[in-house]
Amino acid sequence: MSTYETIAKLLAESKDMDPGDIRPDMGFAELELDSLDVAELVMNLEDELGVPVEIDESLRTIADLVAKVDNK
Amino acid sequence: MKVLSFGHALPAREIANDQLSELVDTSDEWIRSHTGIESRHILSGDETVSSLGVKAARMALDRAGLTVDDIDYILCATTCGEMIFPATACLIQRKLGAKCPAADVNAGCTGFLYCMDMADAMLLRGNVKRVLIVAAEQVTRLSDWNDRATSVLFGDAAGAAVCEAGEGLLSIRLTATGNPDVLYAKMDGGNCPFCEPKIKAVPLKMSGQEIFKYAVTQSCKDIRFVLEHGGVKAGQVDYFVLHQANRRILDTARSRLKQPAGKFPVNITTHGNTGAAGIPALLSEMTEDGRLQTGQTLVLSAFGAGLTSGAALLQV
Repeated sequence: MSTYETIAKLLAESKDMDPGDIRPDMGFAELELDSLDVAELVMNLEDELGVPVEIDESLRTIADLVAKVDNK
Repeated sequence: MKVLSFGHALPAREIANDQLSELVDTSDEWIRSHTGIESRHILSGDETVSSLGVKAARMALDRAGLTVDDIDYILCATTCGEMIFPATACLIQRKLGAKCPAADVNAGCTGFLYCMDMADAMLLRGNVKRVLIVAAEQVTRLSDWNDRATSVLFGDAAGAAVCEAGEGLLSIRLTATGNPDVLYAKMDGGNCPFCEPKIKAVPLKMSGQEIFKYAVTQSCKDIRFVLEHGGVKAGQVDYFVLHQANRRILDTARSRLKQPAGKFPVNITTHGNTGAAGIPALLSEMTEDGRLQTGQTLVLSAFGAGLTSGAALLQV
């Protein structure tokens, strides 16, 4: 499963979203995720993948998060 | 160590979310949905943080059927004491009319648990019979009242516990990870002519996302540790009493621990985040309304500036 697919699965599980409605270019604001929702998503992703992910101001879209994980 | 009783006190003035929306760009709906807070109590008039501590201490002493002469040591957990010095514990000691040693402990919002660990060590050594722990906080004095993200979160309160030697504290774990960047406040440099550049006071600053992550992961780790070391299963715990920082932290930690909501009592709704005072104040309120009963098993868990964290498995 790709990082993007993992993120979509986690959002579907925790926020009751349809994975088909989630696109990589979507911003967290567009997905109606506030800063603590993003922190929770990052924590769940860390648990799923077993790697630490730092939260910083550059993290604005699903694609940003994918890049942060895949470029580690 | 066992805890004989809890007490608490709140300032008289209660500030609802709507009143804050007149000060900063926020709303009752936003504060409720993002934090779970509806109102908080804030010190005003002649009230002081030590006077709150004294009220909480007297309530705990009364409930234990003791007087101040029965206390051999006073520990005060406070993030923002009444004065830089003397210690708020000494101000409380004077107002109570106690003659025993008294000192403050600043371990952020984990202060009450740090004090429990110290009290346990003192009682095990055997030269004191009873320790009074008072957690007294005026975090609203540290808040930046122009910052809508943090000013809405905090309230003032005091909680107290009377402890004596015995079987009650089954397991405790404390941690510290020095990090002055994600949660801090700074005092100014005074008028020392040799202090260059001048150091300005900085009100409370917090990196919400970092604290959220730290709080949830560290609380869950600490709680699992004390359960394992105390030989108790999560299902056997009557209440998980967590630091009342944010309703969403409580809900996320609860979900990860796979425990029912009814086991996670809250006072954040009407008190806000009252720092180290939140846990003992909540336990006192649970004594008052009958939820806390002798023989119950509790897990206490806190995290805060330092960064510090801790959990305790306690039978009451």
